[in-house]
Amino acid sequence: MNSFFNTGHNATHRLILALIISGILMFADHRLDSFGTIRTYLNSLVSPLQYVANIPSGMLNWSAQRLASQQQLLSENTLLKNENLLMRESVQQFETLKVENDRLRTLLGSPLQEGRRKMVAELMAVDNNPYSHQVIIDKGTSDGVFEGQPVLDANGIVGQVLHVAATTSRILLITDITHAVPVRVARNNVRLVASGSGELGDLAIHHMPHNTDLREGDLLISSGLGEVFPAGYPLAVVSTIIKDEGRPFATVNAAPIALLDRLKYLLLLWPTEHDERLKEVVKELKEDS
Amino acid sequence: MRSYVIAITLLLALMLQIMPMPIALHQYRPDWVFMALAYWTLALPNRVNVGVALINGLVLDILLGTTLGVHSFALSATVFVLAANYQRFRNYSVWQQAFIIGTLSAFYHLLVFWLQHLLTDIYFIFTYLWPVVTTMALWPWIFMLLRKLRRQTQVS
Repeated sequence: MNSFFNTGHNATHRLILALIISGILMFADHRLDSFGTIRTYLNSLVSPLQYVANIPSGMLNWSAQRLASQQQLLSENTLLKNENLLMRESVQQFETLKVENDRLRTLLGSPLQEGRRKMVAELMAVDNNPYSHQVIIDKGTSDGVFEGQPVLDANGIVGQVLHVAATTSRILLITDITHAVPVRVARNNVRLVASGSGELGDLAIHHMPHNTDLREGDLLISSGLGEVFPAGYPLAVVSTIIKDEGRPFATVNAAPIALLDRLKYLLLLWPTEHDERLKEVVKELKEDS
Repeated sequence: MRSYVIAITLLLALMLQIMPMPIALHQYRPDWVFMALAYWTLALPNRVNVGVALINGLVLDILLGTTLGVHSFALSATVFVLAANYQRFRNYSVWQQAFIIGTLSAFYHLLVFWLQHLLTDIYFIFTYLWPVVTTMALWPWIFMLLRKLRRQTQVS
C-alpha cells in the first residue's frame, strides 16, 4: 500500500483513457462496421462462458425430463400421435400439390422450386439486454451458419443471424427495433414492410396509405424481396389498424406468429441455387443503375 | 498476491449476468458485474480500477451483443466515481453504501441507455430501472460475502 493518497489523480487519467478507448470502439463498431471478422473470434473466445452459464438451466431441464410421470408421457404420446396423423394427411396432399405445381411451372417456363437445406438448432440463451431482442443458438460457423441467414420456428419467421462464432451464433429477432422484413399480404399480395417495435409481441407497419386494402386478421407472409428471407413463410397477423385521417399514414400493428417468448428449437435455412442466382441478378442491376 | 480470487469472482459475476432466466424474472436481474467491480474497487483500489472495469465492460459487450464500447464506457465511468472516493466511501455504513451503489447503478443504466439511444432509436421504459432496486437490496449481502472471501483468502 504505497499509494495511499495519490490514486485520485492517477484514476482521472485512466478514466479519460478508458472513455476515449470506448468512444473509438463504439465509433468503429457502429459507424464503420469494421469488426465483422474480429467479432467472430471474440464471440468464439467468450462462448465457453456462455456454455457454463447455460449449465444450471440445462440441469433443470434434464431433471424435469427425468421426473416426468408416466401419465404425462402417455398423454403427450397420444397427443403427438394424433398430431402426426393429421400432419401426414396434409403431407400426402402437399406431395400431390407439389408435383402438380412443378408441372404447371414447367408448362409456364418458370424455374422449379427446389427443396432447401435445413438444420435444427437449440436455443442456448436469451439476452438480458432490454434494448435489443437477441437470442443465442448452439450452431456456428463449424455447421456452416453465416451472417444474415434466415431463422424460423415451427410456426413462422423468428429472425436472422446477426453474428456467428465457431459453435454459437446470435440471432436478431424480428421484433428488434433495428429489424424489418419485407412482407406481402397473403390475401391480395399488397406489399408492405413490417418493422420491429422493440416489444416482443408487436410489429409495426409504417408508411401505409389509408386506402390500402388491409384488414384486421390478415396474414402477412415474407415476400422474398429483401434477399434475406425466402418468399412465402408466415410472419405475422395484423392485429390493429387505426385510420386517423388527420395523419398522413395509417397506424398498423401486427402480432408475430412465431412464439418469440417461448423459443426452444429453431430451424436454420440455407439458400437454394435459385436464390443465389436471384441475388446475383439483383446485384448486377444495382451496379448498373 | 492471489489475484486469481478477484478474477474468479469477476468471471462468476459475468456468468450470473448472462445466465438464462425465466422471462418474468428477467427484468429484475441485478448488476452482478457492477457489484463485484464496486466491491473490489473499494477494497483494493490499487488492484481493481478503471482499467479492469474497461476490460469487463468489453467482455460484457461481446456477451450481450451490444455495440463494442457501450458497457465499457458506462462501467469505467461509474467505477471511476468509486475509485476516486473510496476512502470516504469505506466509512459509510453498509446501508448507506447500498443507497450510493443504487444511485451509481441508476447512473450506469442511464449511461447505457443514452449511448444506445445515440446509436439506435430506442425508447425509455421504466422497467429498465428495476435492476437498480435489486442491486441496492443485494449490495449488503454481496459486500459481506466478498469481504469474508477476501479475509479468508487474504487477498491484498
